[in-house]
Amino acid sequence: MDLLYDTLFNGLAIGSVLVLAALGLAVVFGLMGVINMAHGELMMLGAYTTFVVQNIFKAVLPDALFPIYILVAIPLAFLVSGLAGLLLEKTVIRRLYGRPLETLLATWGVSLILQQFVRSVSSAFAIGLVLAVAGGLLIPRFTPKAWWQQRWTPLLGTGSWIVSGAVGIAIASALGNQRALDQPWFSARNIDVTAPTWLRGSIDVGAVNMPAARLFIIALTVIALVAVSWFLQKSVWGMRIRAVTQNRPMSDCLGIPTEKVDALTFLIGSGLAGVAGVAVTLLGSVGPNLGGNYIVDCFMVVVLGGVGKLAGTVLAALGIGVLSYIVGSGSLLLVWPAMPAGLNDLITFFATTSMAKVLVFALIVVFLQIRPAGLFPQKGRMVEA
Amino acid sequence: MADLLASRQLRRWLPWVLIVVAALVLPALLPPFRLNLLGRFLSLGIVALGIDLIWGYTGMLSLGQGIFFALGGYALGMYLQLDSLEPGQLPEFFSLYGVKSLPAFWQPFNSPLFTLFAIWVIPALVAGGLGYLVFRNRIKGVYFSILTQAALLVFFNFFNGQQKLINGTNGLKTDTAVIFGQLVGSDGMQRALFWITVLLAIGAFLLCRWLTRGRFGDALIAIRDDEPRLRFTGYNPTAYKTVVFAVAGALAGISGALYTVQSGIISPQYMAVPFSIEMVIWVAVGGRGTLIGAVLGAVLINYAKSLVSEALPETWLFIQGGLFLLVVTALPDGLVGWWRSGGPASLLALVAPPPKLATYPELDLNPEVKAEQQQLEGPAGGDQS
Repeated sequence: MDLLYDTLFNGLAIGSVLVLAALGLAVVFGLMGVINMAHGELMMLGAYTTFVVQNIFKAVLPDALFPIYILVAIPLAFLVSGLAGLLLEKTVIRRLYGRPLETLLATWGVSLILQQFVRSVSSAFAIGLVLAVAGGLLIPRFTPKAWWQQRWTPLLGTGSWIVSGAVGIAIASALGNQRALDQPWFSARNIDVTAPTWLRGSIDVGAVNMPAARLFIIALTVIALVAVSWFLQKSVWGMRIRAVTQNRPMSDCLGIPTEKVDALTFLIGSGLAGVAGVAVTLLGSVGPNLGGNYIVDCFMVVVLGGVGKLAGTVLAALGIGVLSYIVGSGSLLLVWPAMPAGLNDLITFFATTSMAKVLVFALIVVFLQIRPAGLFPQKGRMVEA
Repeated sequence: MADLLASRQLRRWLPWVLIVVAALVLPALLPPFRLNLLGRFLSLGIVALGIDLIWGYTGMLSLGQGIFFALGGYALGMYLQLDSLEPGQLPEFFSLYGVKSLPAFWQPFNSPLFTLFAIWVIPALVAGGLGYLVFRNRIKGVYFSILTQAALLVFFNFFNGQQKLINGTNGLKTDTAVIFGQLVGSDGMQRALFWITVLLAIGAFLLCRWLTRGRFGDALIAIRDDEPRLRFTGYNPTAYKTVVFAVAGALAGISGALYTVQSGIISPQYMAVPFSIEMVIWVAVGGRGTLIGAVLGAVLINYAKSLVSEALPETWLFIQGGLFLLVVTALPDGLVGWWRSGGPASLLALVAPPPKLATYPELDLNPEVKAEQQQLEGPAGGDQS
């Protein structure tokens, strides 16, 4: 029996990371119908923020403060990922409104850029990048007025970005000759975040051993869930988000600023990804490929949970998390040792993390045959949904 | 120059002239290694044709074509493994995992005839079955994309984890296999494979052309543009979608088999998530909805990838990510679409000295007005196609 609780607890911990990660994705998808393929990379940004905060606490601040670094990292990760998401929304996603498949490809492009950015960013690289962006934004302002009435004016913006980009690359490679500036900040290797001592022990309840880090993740998920549902249900902007989710044109007609709602939702969704990134650092080392490991699971949560209801996301995420853990760890065999041989073989066959995914996906496809729009579908009278 | 670029005939025929010249000249000029690369990329063009069918014409974005690609590759890989053995022997890797007898599903691959069909029939059946389950529930759009990606991950996990059945992560080597008394990796064999690839690519192109012209093609485009309306007119979109998805799967299988024998190995990496999304971007860059664009995109991007990766490996992801963003935001119809809609001419018009105008600028320069004029003045009845 204890073993059962143990398995359930671990499954719950894995599932709650998935809840955190998929929550933002589900809210954004419900609102804008947009799948953000860079969501996993926003998680990665959160994880790297945690790493940076930890290093700052280690190097600069007194030792006594070190245990609380993780509490500082959470809001900072929210902010970093949220702002990155906001930038993504303002520069890319807004232009592709109403073209979800194109958005999917564009955000995949962003995710590739972010991955490689984390691998190869060095001081020289960062200086070159800042100069290029500043140049691209500023050059058009300092061009003669007469240039703005020519036939080739449409090329001016592109041209200034090309020029400043080339200058940025040249400066970066020139600075790159200096060893100190060429050192990559993170490199392609995985990074390790040391959990503070109060998260390293474990608490025993009965005979169930609960690692403190996992308890912390579950608590963090609960807090985030309560905060998000409070925001959506009780605040003015939450009401606007719900209104736009239900009927965008009608909300627009009634004076709800849909563009601001989109931007805000994207910021919150991306911020939640950042918080999920903090949680992931507590489970093990993380690297630039972190996003890829979670993103497909998050998508499955969105498909299974349906849009527009938080409960769907939570149930789906916990269900997928617990089920994959139970199947993958093969703990059914331990709970029920006297299993018939055929069933036993079947369960052993699926008792690895990757084979558990195979089974869970098959179950999801079967489930979608019964309820094609997920657990809690949005009801409407239109042809589509 | 601008007039020349603007002429419809040139716009239509120049890509073809270039391709024919390239096909005749390149095999004589290129060293074996580059020719082999060209053959590989041309075989990738076949999978791109399939993606163009389902995405460019039918509007379904599949992120899981890698499944069918790798299934075709594995079918041929298994045959080559068995074919180069003495009777009674097992492929070498089986002994590493203590497998004593050939697994049952390997048996049929002793027969070359079966393999010849398996290469395209198995992927087509898998695609058709998977597609039918998804389409009959009217799951589409982003949901469809996510589900195909998840299916891809499942297949990847399965092939990656099953050492005893299919050599897991190491894959099957084909370049040391012997067929018709020749090493598959030898120069002469590779040259023959190049020509086989060219022939099959032409065949696949003609098949897609035949499918997209005529009633079937009209139905596909109708599904892309307004599926509910097609359904209300009395058609059953599920049948069309299942068939076209199966055809794309078969093309992917053929492409995978050709790619496998030319690259010398088939491994689960061909089912990795990024590779399948890359396939989509070949089509997007070349021009979706234009068959020639799909093939051109596959060849061009892969050639660029191999050149850039040789010179500056760490920049390729940046370039690729940038391509995703650029194509989606600036060139939604891809290179071929841009070319056909008179893109070069209008770009040239921005920088060239202003032409002498006989009438008003709007009448002389506006491409839409000019196109209408041409239609009115053109041959009797006007060339509508």
